[in-house]
Amino acid sequence: MSLELKNVSKRVAGITHVKETSLTLETGHFNVLLGETGSGKTSLIKLMAGLDSLASGQIILNGRDVSGLSAQKRNISLVHQFFVNYPHMSVFDNIASPLKVAGVARSEIEGRVDEAAGILKLKPFLNRKPHELSGGQQQRTALARAIVKESDAVFLDEPLANLDYKLREELRDQLPELFAGRGAVVVYATSEPEEALLLGGQTALMTDGKVVQFGPTADIYRKPRDLDAAKVFSNPPINVAGVTKQGERVILNETTSWTLPGAAATLADGPYTLAIRPHHVLPVETPAHSVRLSGRVLVTELSGSESSAHFEMSGQPWVSLSAGVHPYQVGEVHTFHLDPNHCFFFTPDGTLAA
Amino acid sequence: MKKLNQRAWLFVTPVLLLVAFNALIPMMTVVNYSVQETFGDNLFFWQGIDWFEQVLTSERFHKALGRQFLFTFLILIIEVPLGVAIALAMPRQGFWVPFCLVTMALPMLIPWNVVGAMWNIFTLPDIGLLGYFMNHTLGIPYDMTQNPFAAWVTIVIMDVWHWTSLVVLLAYAGLVSIPNAYYQAAEIDGASGWAVFRFIQLPKMKTVLTIAILLRFMDSFNIYTEPFVLTGGGPGNSTTLLSIDLVKIALGQFDLGPAAAMSLIYFAITLLVSWLFYTLMTMNDNKS
Amino acid sequence: MAQITLSNLRHSYRPDPADDDDYALKKIDLTWDDGGAYALLGPSGCGKSTLLNIISGLLVPSEGKILFDDRDVTALPPAKRNIAQVFQFPVIYDTMTVYDNLAFPLRNRGRDEDIVKRRVTAIAEMLEVTGMLSTRASNLSPDNKQKISMGRGLVREDVNVVMFDEPLTVIDPHLKWKLRSKLKELHQRVRATMIYVTHDQTEALTFADQVVVMQDGEIVQIGTPVDLFERPAHTFVGHFIGSPGMNVLPCEVKGGAAFFGGEQVALEGPAGGAADGKAEVGIRPEFVSVSTTGGGIAAHVRKVADIGRHKVVEAIAHDSRIHAILEGDAPNAGDAVMLDFKRSQTRLYKDGWLASRPEGDVR
Repeated sequence: MSLELKNVSKRVAGITHVKETSLTLETGHFNVLLGETGSGKTSLIKLMAGLDSLASGQIILNGRDVSGLSAQKRNISLVHQFFVNYPHMSVFDNIASPLKVAGVARSEIEGRVDEAAGILKLKPFLNRKPHELSGGQQQRTALARAIVKESDAVFLDEPLANLDYKLREELRDQLPELFAGRGAVVVYATSEPEEALLLGGQTALMTDGKVVQFGPTADIYRKPRDLDAAKVFSNPPINVAGVTKQGERVILNETTSWTLPGAAATLADGPYTLAIRPHHVLPVETPAHSVRLSGRVLVTELSGSESSAHFEMSGQPWVSLSAGVHPYQVGEVHTFHLDPNHCFFFTPDGTLAA
Repeated sequence: MKKLNQRAWLFVTPVLLLVAFNALIPMMTVVNYSVQETFGDNLFFWQGIDWFEQVLTSERFHKALGRQFLFTFLILIIEVPLGVAIALAMPRQGFWVPFCLVTMALPMLIPWNVVGAMWNIFTLPDIGLLGYFMNHTLGIPYDMTQNPFAAWVTIVIMDVWHWTSLVVLLAYAGLVSIPNAYYQAAEIDGASGWAVFRFIQLPKMKTVLTIAILLRFMDSFNIYTEPFVLTGGGPGNSTTLLSIDLVKIALGQFDLGPAAAMSLIYFAITLLVSWLFYTLMTMNDNKS
Repeated sequence: MAQITLSNLRHSYRPDPADDDDYALKKIDLTWDDGGAYALLGPSGCGKSTLLNIISGLLVPSEGKILFDDRDVTALPPAKRNIAQVFQFPVIYDTMTVYDNLAFPLRNRGRDEDIVKRRVTAIAEMLEVTGMLSTRASNLSPDNKQKISMGRGLVREDVNVVMFDEPLTVIDPHLKWKLRSKLKELHQRVRATMIYVTHDQTEALTFADQVVVMQDGEIVQIGTPVDLFERPAHTFVGHFIGSPGMNVLPCEVKGGAAFFGGEQVALEGPAGGAADGKAEVGIRPEFVSVSTTGGGIAAHVRKVADIGRHKVVEAIAHDSRIHAILEGDAPNAGDAVMLDFKRSQTRLYKDGWLASRPEGDVR
């Protein structure tokens, strides 16, 4: 099964929400749409689901042109960021609702609801109403409704965004198994780069209503096509600075320059934009982290086992992310160490050079 | 590229037909009458804008219009603050909420002519509860069939009794939609009760109040049944509002031309004032 | 400013609470030092918002007392407590300008206009909203609205405590870190006591010097971010902090040694007098190493997630799921591997509570 977008676009009142996009989304793995709020993820999902009409292009679902069909006729499921359930129905009836609409026999409905409720650990709550459930249980009910239907395509629009941090972790862990072997094309929108990496599969990076790169998640993380793609796929934000290449060396500022390793050494001389992910800038020196940077620490953050430091160097903001806890003093000048093997170089127009 | 779905017309057509029959066609008839003179037998003579001139320059029209504005002004100035005050006093949650809501809705459920008749009997000096109480117990002369001031007080109180609930219910809907955090924040910020009303409740009620004022304006400006049943426009012409006068001219005197011209002027005034209200009340929203 | 003491605090939303389950807060004794940055961390429904509302005075506790320094404020309304609170959703006064919003708490207390001006200008500068002072607050973006809400909390110079109730909920993920760091910076400049309520470990650990972890209406641990990560006092803390959280494995204690699936697991030190019987071993994924040749516990790899800066391996040993975080090369799903636990970080938990002690600890 596959979902194919051919030059689809969307304009509302003269404003482009989705620029011309062509994508082929396959079954068997997650297809992640990654982008900031307002980058067009939801608009694109609405087009794919048939909730919005196309300004141009075609949508092919399993070889059938569904461009003109409404959502009801596309055999799809959608799980929204907010917990959308029928408030007056029990959990059982909520899960059963798509089957009842499809006219499935009562006896079969019970079996299928039971199976879905079992996978999503909802069996003890089948007689409750949605408002008697926690946020996580409500969203699991919505997910159960999506899997019970045996849709051709399932759209998950930031389904975990409104859940507690730990619940999000648990449910995210279960999601890939939930849809494995169901044959549906799964599209998952998120604004968190780490979520895309954890879900794996394929990722489409979106900014400004267009897909800037699409491919296997880990690959495009390691090889962003351009500066936009690198920026979208980094949280904390990727460090970006203007550099000049001269001979074998790259010059960051008056005090910092280093000899280029690997492919970057063969670049033509001239100005480039350097980008390096925060976890390749460490507060301690290692054999690999050989380039010294010194910056004034602005803020430090701690998450579980990792700490990050936002620092300022020649007027530019930089971030370092490292394992463990580092006793930075805010305001102090600290030496950071950059790994020259993990730098991206972009040409002035933004495309990846090395 | 995109195919327009023509089926939508199927759903809209009945409504269009209905509107045509109950608004457009009668209105065109009125326009027709307003520029012609007829003496029956379906004979019509072109009159141009004579009727409009006649109506606009007639003292009778000016007086009725003045009374109409006075009436609308009085009921707005009473009903809106009173409605907001009652809405503020109503409980936001708990056992008494449905009780209050039903009590509030009751007057609105009573038909207009019944309201007029009720108040008519209520205020009769010899047998009406209020009339008897005022005249015989308190010794205050009160007879709206004789005294224009008493008649005015009565129709205004009647309208307040009948329609303040609408303002209450709309304002209440606005109030209950304010998240608790706003009240808590205001409490922590040390805001007085007045400041809470001025900076939280009033701004959040603004949209519904705009609707309430518009509805009350249009309804009260076109009011007919209740004052007609209550006072019949009297004593004298003291409570003859525009609509009552219009009916007198059209059906009492059978002056169809002037009546049609007057209807159109009446309609134009209602439209103009409604538009003015709406523009004034929503002006601040568009300012950035 | 003041030290805040909560003593014997209990709260129930029911009129006649019978047993412990009826209480949203079960016996809280806690002291917040003057000028500290605290976080209240826990999942939704753990009672952290209840506790916050009791401190701010929006809720009167069923039992117990709240002291600001030595003054009993248990029955005082919020306005009399001289506190500030920032809510989950930005609360701004729509009809006012940004300046008037910030000035509101001061004007309500009858401060002179020149003091108002000085304070508002200073706070606006700290929050980097000086350029917006004359715009109507209703036209701002959510993150700027929330900044204004924070500003109203900080504008008074004499507040006893500023409380934040999940203040970043409505903020775009990409802007969150900016506000997170802004808050930390504000605390360092203002030095008022601040309490930050959240379910997000990053927000809590970043903001606070001391984190109070709550579960089911009880405090399970109070400690620095490092304490919570390295020596969780309860398996819940181990699970809740870190991602993935601590591995908690069922074990059998026999004569002071722990056995996981029959294999002995070397603990950090003495088992702390844990009686023989069922217990749990806790080890963080960061301290589990995976090899194909070395010693340790035999396991097979179920799943490997490559999250860029490291890989998260999920392995199964003796029917238990064990996570490991690896930098560099990782095995593939289906591989047979050996898991080795870093001894100094392997802890024993009895009935959920930490039992083992570090080597050389002779209590």
